[in-house]
Amino acid sequence: MADSTQAAAAPKPSSSVKLVLLGEAAVGKSSLVLRFVNNDFQPNKEPTIGAAFLTQKTHLPTRTIKFEIWDTAGQERFASLAPMYYRNAQAALVVYDVTRASSLGKARHWVAELQRQASPGIVVCLVGNKVDLAEGDDGPDAEEEEGADGEEDGQGEAAAAAAVKPAAVKPAADEGAVRKVSTKEAKAYAEEEGLLFFETSAKSGLNVSEVFTAIANAIPEASLKGGRAGANAAAGAGTQAAIMAGADSSKVNLNAKAGGDKGQEGCAC
Amino acid sequence: MQDDLKPTLGEQDRSLSLTKSPPEAPRTDHDELRSIPGDTVPSVEVSRELTPPPLPPRPRLEVQGRPATSSGSSLRLSKRTSRPQLLSQPTTALSLTDVHPQGRLESGSLQSSPASRPVSRKQSASHLGRFAGSSESGGDDSASLRSYAPTLDARLDGESLLGGLVETEETPAWRALSAQIERDDPFGNIETVDNEFSSQLEHEFDSLETGENDLRTEDDLLELWKAKLKHFFILSASGKPIYSRHGDDHLISHYIGVAQTIISFYQGADDPLKSFTAGDTTFVMVAKGPLNLVAVSRLGESEPQLRTQLESLYMQILSTLTLPSIEKMFSKRPSTDLRRPLEGTDVLLDGLADGFTRGSPSTLLSALECLRLRKTHRRTINETLLKVRSPNLLYGLIVAAGRLVSVVRPKKHSLHPGDLHLIFNMLFEAGSVKASDGENWVPLCLPVFNNTGYLYMYVSFFSTSSSPSSNNDTTSQTGSERPASKVKDDELAIVLISANRESFYELRKMRDDLVLQLEKNQSMSLIKTAIHAGHQPCTDIVPGTPLRHFLYKSRGNVQFTMPSFEPHFHGLVAKRKLMSLYASLHENLHSRTAKTKVVHVVGKEATALAWETPLFELFCVAGPGATRSQLAAGANRVVQWVRREEERVFIIGGAVF
Repeated sequence: MADSTQAAAAPKPSSSVKLVLLGEAAVGKSSLVLRFVNNDFQPNKEPTIGAAFLTQKTHLPTRTIKFEIWDTAGQERFASLAPMYYRNAQAALVVYDVTRASSLGKARHWVAELQRQASPGIVVCLVGNKVDLAEGDDGPDAEEEEGADGEEDGQGEAAAAAAVKPAAVKPAADEGAVRKVSTKEAKAYAEEEGLLFFETSAKSGLNVSEVFTAIANAIPEASLKGGRAGANAAAGAGTQAAIMAGADSSKVNLNAKAGGDKGQEGCAC
Repeated sequence: MQDDLKPTLGEQDRSLSLTKSPPEAPRTDHDELRSIPGDTVPSVEVSRELTPPPLPPRPRLEVQGRPATSSGSSLRLSKRTSRPQLLSQPTTALSLTDVHPQGRLESGSLQSSPASRPVSRKQSASHLGRFAGSSESGGDDSASLRSYAPTLDARLDGESLLGGLVETEETPAWRALSAQIERDDPFGNIETVDNEFSSQLEHEFDSLETGENDLRTEDDLLELWKAKLKHFFILSASGKPIYSRHGDDHLISHYIGVAQTIISFYQGADDPLKSFTAGDTTFVMVAKGPLNLVAVSRLGESEPQLRTQLESLYMQILSTLTLPSIEKMFSKRPSTDLRRPLEGTDVLLDGLADGFTRGSPSTLLSALECLRLRKTHRRTINETLLKVRSPNLLYGLIVAAGRLVSVVRPKKHSLHPGDLHLIFNMLFEAGSVKASDGENWVPLCLPVFNNTGYLYMYVSFFSTSSSPSSNNDTTSQTGSERPASKVKDDELAIVLISANRESFYELRKMRDDLVLQLEKNQSMSLIKTAIHAGHQPCTDIVPGTPLRHFLYKSRGNVQFTMPSFEPHFHGLVAKRKLMSLYASLHENLHSRTAKTKVVHVVGKEATALAWETPLFELFCVAGPGATRSQLAAGANRVVQWVRREEERVFIIGGAVF
């Protein structure tokens, strides 16, 4: 699984996958990555500036996937830089915050942009983060979760956002439900667009590694490239060339299109 | 009492000129300033605009009656002739651009003052008279408070550093000396409310927002807000709040409204308000195009110092958005809410603001500090940088805990302290970049370099704590330097800047090569050793003198060096007071009307000396009871030490391609 322990996987073939995280500011993109890469969580994380680049390996039964992760800043002014990061990406995580309805709208926008402009074969996963704030809360109509207020400032960028832009959205409003995006709504949208879908909590770690495993399984074999050389090729300009190279190089051919992963579909809440 | 001081000054100058006289003595600031407009940075227009005019010869006031005068001036001449090649070479890695507005004012005023004796003397006499008056009334004001300040002696030495200053104001010695000081002692007020001040400063950086959910009423919040010693506000010309260090919109909206009214009233009269004081609080306004910036300080800072701080905040906004884009937004819609485009940058503005509130030598002096390294070691690092340089690189920096290790830059572009300060703030004060635990690719505008477009900055951090050379007792010194910073002081950052937004992987490869090479030629371990060694204690640098701390700024290199704050200045309050003392000394040297080149302050708890020459600015602080001659001797020892160590404590030239 996607543990930080990089087990000795000598015989397994390894390939690099370029993955980009997109989504509105303060939905918890960096916190998801931090949980995945370091199995750590920082409350009150400061907003990302520009983009951060991290790598992490995921060990599948038959191969090792090395994720090269672009964790982008969600602020509006960085939007024009996004193509630089999702170009050539084989996977994208579009993240929204289940306690903030506007963030799903922004996620839809990113999905549309990816479908228009990213590589055709890109694997897109829709992720609703911060479900820890909405435990036992099934949707906008459910009753308010009692500990929500207390947990609010612990949750990822939510607190940072509240501190940083006081006038901006208060994720856990005092009235009504904490959850503002129901699982059903998001799931329906994901199915409609053919996206992987999970609900996660970077704070508790719920479903975080599952997201990356599912993506790793969903990457078409053809777009996987061999270890070092592949990484360098991806690093350079031409994905197309890299994809060709990947197709040529004889890779073990298991789990080409891991459709079974759709079955996992997070939603553990 | 002017005459009283003179023999000492003469002595100082004589001993200084003795050390100056060898031919290998470092070139004067004077020469370097001359060389700028012609050769050093010809292609950077911004830099040329801001380059201060060549410094005129020092006014004769100080040198009059000094036997060493003639030798001083002849020295300068001989140096110029003996090392003519210096004139046409870039002499430093850093540009001489002085982003200090008061620096410009100062050189302007210097220029305008003809070096004729009668005039100078008259000016100084008028200061004297004015000061005597203000000093008296100041004494009256604080008399009641002062006489009941009971804890002066009970406190720690460092904490009560400024303790004696107000009290001694009454003594004849203080009166005599205060004629040397341009204005009323600005930190006296802090002293009288010392305990209160200490506790206020402890809470200065507490967030108002975190406790919002609990029991606090609005009034409580307002009280907390008012208790802050320093506020910064940024608002648009139409009065929309853009940034406030403390308090949310709800809390500050009234005050923003008042500020806007006052500012626009005077702007409407075509006579913009620059600053005013109310009690011990100074208000400073800076108008920058569509933005108004306001600083409110009870820390006793001078107007030019606050103005510099506001300029720096403005630079941060430019760095985020670039000038053309701000102008475009506001010309399209004057009521633009700039907070949305600036979203997420409050951490950067807060980092700057808190740095100013804590007081940083770097900001005060508009200079940078370097990591002390042997000359040969630094040269090896420079050569390595040049060797692995990738084609798209514009600037490369190796930075250790806010101190510069090495720089690589193109010949025609220099690096500006103002820009570097923004970068350092982003890396070391705001945790955003560091916290991500990976590599970063950050678009930013370096406003002094070019305020119209973005550059792209690759940042990679290394922790040096695993270094085998980490020795036990010095780590406390390294750790003590940035008390409020979340970033540990043993962080090493490699910063590579390119104008090409696609060059991330290229620069990443350069970083890999660089680290590999530095490990191979042992430079990495040398850097780590130097980081862990921290600042030298003052007693190691100038043993046998009563000096406790000093700041030495090389004006030519736009860099400064200082010893460790330990053991005398431990903790936030002690350091803030030390910085206040430095700030007041700095103000005495640099205020528009100041003609003094040497300032000597005696207090019950501390004595201090400030000394300015075309080559350097030196600020020394010693314990109470240090005599003037001891201080002067100490100052000379510091100057000698810097002479010896110049190529270790400063980066001279850097790696240029």
